[in-house]
Formats: sequence, structure tokens, C-alpha cells
Amino acid sequence: MSRAVSSMFGGAASGDRRAEFIDGMRLGIGPGSAAFVLALSFGAEAQARGWGFALPVLFSMFAFSGSAQFTLLTTLATGSALAAITSATLINARYLVMSVALNNSLQGSRFSRALQAQALVDASFVVAHRNDGGFDVARLIGASVPQWLLWVSGTAIGALTSPSPDLMHKLGIDVAFPAFFLLLALDELRRSRRALVAGLLGGAIAGALLFVTSPGYALLGATAAALLGVLPEDGETA
Amino acid sequence: MKLWLSVLAVTVISWLMKASAPLVIGKRKLPPTAIRMTALTAPVLLAGLIVTELGGEGWSELDWTQLVGVGTAGGLFLVKVPMLLAVAGGIAVTALIRLGLA
Repeated sequence: MSRAVSSMFGGAASGDRRAEFIDGMRLGIGPGSAAFVLALSFGAEAQARGWGFALPVLFSMFAFSGSAQFTLLTTLATGSALAAITSATLINARYLVMSVALNNSLQGSRFSRALQAQALVDASFVVAHRNDGGFDVARLIGASVPQWLLWVSGTAIGALTSPSPDLMHKLGIDVAFPAFFLLLALDELRRSRRALVAGLLGGAIAGALLFVTSPGYALLGATAAALLGVLPEDGETA
Repeated sequence: MKLWLSVLAVTVISWLMKASAPLVIGKRKLPPTAIRMTALTAPVLLAGLIVTELGGEGWSELDWTQLVGVGTAGGLFLVKVPMLLAVAGGIAVTALIRLGLA
């Protein structure tokens, strides 16, 4: 494991980096447990929608992006493939910002840095954030390891056991997915007043569009609220 | 085939998004307007996703027991309950309500 870590950091991993990597693994177990429960729901829901076993597991292994996976799963059933892919892509647009934020903390060649950036997931991004504004990449990767393992194993178990939709409904498992997004949204909306206004506007647009179109397109329509970003921040000039 | 291609497309796009800055931008920074819009995309889509998930096609899937569970999870999270426990609490509340209604 340490040789792999060393190679990820251009062969210059120090004891501190190994310690940060291990610390990241410890910190990743908590969010990984939440991911496991969500992955059970994803695997079961994918199985229920006819995805079989291999596809959802491979999707979890290689995409490792809960929000995009859930978005594709739900929107593909209600809209065109293009709308579903676009929705799943847009829901992951935050990775562009996270990638930019992380970029200066990455080390090694361009390919190595691009590879390190694959460890980006929400919880790891937060865990790796240092007080000086930079990111500890060893901790980021360490935190993503247990989350990835639990996400993939949860998907496999969910797809294998594939409990009936009726049982899932009785157990309230259908709450997990929207609750997961609500908790992520609460974090996002607390970042700024602008994020709160944009989120509320996006929700209102989606709600209105649900009366006239499918959920996939309603979700796409909601993205128009992000145009609020064209306006300058308080204290800025246009 | 459509399903597999959709999954492949989302997977590759996800890789590229995570690797976008090191691969394309390098040390340069995006214009402020683009950063502001991209930063708002996540809260906007999360809000939209919650609404579309709870409402469903034509608002036909609205289920008050699910709403109570999701609201419970949100309330627990706001009072600093960890994410896993908050979601578990929401699930438990909805399950208990449905058990009571059965």
C-alpha cells in the first residue's frame, strides 16, 4: 500500500504523508458507512429497474459518484438518454470547481495529478481541506478508499439481495435517496445567501415544470437558476 | 445497449470533470463569472432533484409519509446529528408511520 501511495505522490511520499493517508482512511469510514446504506438502495433500485447485477456494480466501481449514479438511474427511466446523461453530468458540475480548488495542491506529472483528482468525492474534499485553504492530497485519497469499498460492496449487496419494492417501501428505504440529497443541499445552501436563493429558485422551477414535463426535463430546467451566478457578488462591480 | 452507453458516458464524463483542472486549466483560473455559475449548479440541481424525486411525474408520487421522513432527516442533520444517523432516523420515522397505517 505504501509503495502505491509513494507512486501516487511522484515517489516522494514521506512518513507524514503516509500518516495523513491513514488518518484519511480513518476519517472516511463514517461517510463510507452512509455511502454503504445509500449504495444498498442504489443497487436494489437498479436491480428493480432492470439493470441487473454487473452494470450497477461496474458503475459504482468506475464512476464512484453517488449523485450522478442516482440521477442517471432515475432520469433515464423518465426521459431520453441525452436528458439523463446531461442531468447526471450537470449534477456533477461541482467537480469542476472542486478540481480547480484542488489543482494547486496536486503534485507530479499532469497524468499523475489527474489520477489523484479521481479521489474527489464530497466527504473527502471536506476532510482534506486545510485551514490555510489548501488540500492534503494524501488525506483526500485515504478518505476515499473506505468510501469506495463500502460504496461498491453496498451496491453489490443491494443488487444481489434486491429486496422487493414493497418491502423497501414498508421499511422506508425510499426516504434514503431524497434525504441524502437534502442533507447535501443543506450544506450547499448554507454556503452563501446566493446559493440559498439559487437553490430555492431551482426547486421552484423544477416544481412548476413537473406539472408540464417529465422529471428529467424539469431537473434540467431547474439549472436555469444557476444563471444567478452572472450577477456580481456583493461588493463586486459587474 | 442504451443503458450501457449511458453508464459509460456518465463514467467518462465524471473522470474528465474530476481531472479537468490538472488536464486543461493547469495553474490558470476560470473567469469569476464562470466560477460563480458553476458554484451555483450544485445547490440548484440538488434542490431540483429533491423536488422531482418527491413529486414524480405530474406530482403523482407525492407521499406524505416520505416527506415526514425526509424532513426528519433534515431536522436531525441541522441539529448536528451525523449524516448516517440522520438518514437512519428519517427512514425509521417513515417506517413506523407506515407500520401504524398498515
